[in-house]
Amino acid sequence: MADDEQLRAALVEDLDAGFEAVVRTHGDVVHAVARRTAERAADAEDLAAEAFLRAYRALRGYDHDRIARLDLRPWLLTILLNTARNDRRDAARRPRTDGAADPPDRASPAPGPAERAETTDLGDRLAALLATLPVAQRTAVVLRHVVDLPVAEVAAVLACSEGTARSHAARGLAALRTRLTSTEDTS
Amino acid sequence: MTDPVLAALRDLAEPAPTSLAERVVDGWLRVPGPLGEVYAVVGDRGVRLLRPAAFAGELDAFLEDYRTRHGRPVRPAPRAPRGLLPALRGRGEGPALDLGDLTPFAREVLAVTARIPVGQTRPYGWVAREAGRPKAVRAVGTVLARNPVPLLVPCHRVVRGDGDLGQYLSGRADKVALLEREGVEVAHLEALAAAGTRLVGSDTTGVVCFPTCHHARRITAAHRHGFPSLERARDAGYRPCRDCRP
Repeated sequence: MADDEQLRAALVEDLDAGFEAVVRTHGDVVHAVARRTAERAADAEDLAAEAFLRAYRALRGYDHDRIARLDLRPWLLTILLNTARNDRRDAARRPRTDGAADPPDRASPAPGPAERAETTDLGDRLAALLATLPVAQRTAVVLRHVVDLPVAEVAAVLACSEGTARSHAARGLAALRTRLTSTEDTS
Repeated sequence: MTDPVLAALRDLAEPAPTSLAERVVDGWLRVPGPLGEVYAVVGDRGVRLLRPAAFAGELDAFLEDYRTRHGRPVRPAPRAPRGLLPALRGRGEGPALDLGDLTPFAREVLAVTARIPVGQTRPYGWVAREAGRPKAVRAVGTVLARNPVPLLVPCHRVVRGDGDLGQYLSGRADKVALLEREGVEVAHLEALAAAGTRLVGSDTTGVVCFPTCHHARRITAAHRHGFPSLERARDAGYRPCRDCRP
């Protein structure tokens, strides 16, 4: 797997070949964050693909110096989160007409967050509870604890100080622990 | 001891499907076509673009144009998609196509055009009617002039309402050559058009067809009658063919 320095050199050498290497190297982390940002599992790959295409379009306008300075992973994740935010705004403005408005994730009606939080699998419950956190806390928890980014990168993606990033992640994690206990009590 | 909540959170990081890179990066090919080499760009859902090399120019310029217009990266494809090479030799169902960037009307126009049989032609107005918008004749012409996948969607089989062959993406000479390869007697069609004949009927069956319909081509000279319009054929007691639907 290529490191970022090699990837930046590859992008300068041949943008398209280099970009394919970028997708192969950072695809997992971008997809994992997309999976925790998109409402439906089926949308996660679309969202990740769209974010990568936006990144490619941006790179076509960058000169070599700018590419040489790029911190690829936080840059890609920032594009991903902006893409997700734009998609949500667009979806709110115009209802979907492609028949995908209802979650066809599973054959049976998908359980809501509350019901999913009551399932016994810890991972399923956490995934459901994550969706109930305020956006900044959720994003910080996903970046810090799901995809295991260093605090400096979490701060770069959230465009805040490392202290604030750490605090968002800690408060989000604490809220998850509290809500886990309360759903255990009520079941 | 590891924290079970932190461990469970890390387990939520499912790896990306292996298809993600294929979703994002398209592949290009240079393959033989009926009138010389063609360039094709293929995405994970199918062929996105096809152009005769002689028309598109240098490969590098073609690829750079693709990247600019579509904003998508493109690399050499590892292999041709299933069905592409046979389709370019005139055989088989053809490869999957990715026409997702087009409008619903444009996709319908191409779907109708794709159903015109080999060796037959249909007017633009017929395509408009079959696509559900009989008045959108000019719009059909625009869609076909921009057909992203000529040869695979045979826009060369769509001709003008007056019988003239009309224009083609890579020039009229290519349109003539493609139709002649499929067995269309272009000189005969042009003679009919010059004589004002749009449809051909048989007085034994009382059915009227487009001149290239396989039923029309079986009519013997003694029983063949030309008509300038469907109205005139109907007035003479003919009904339209159910296959070519004039």
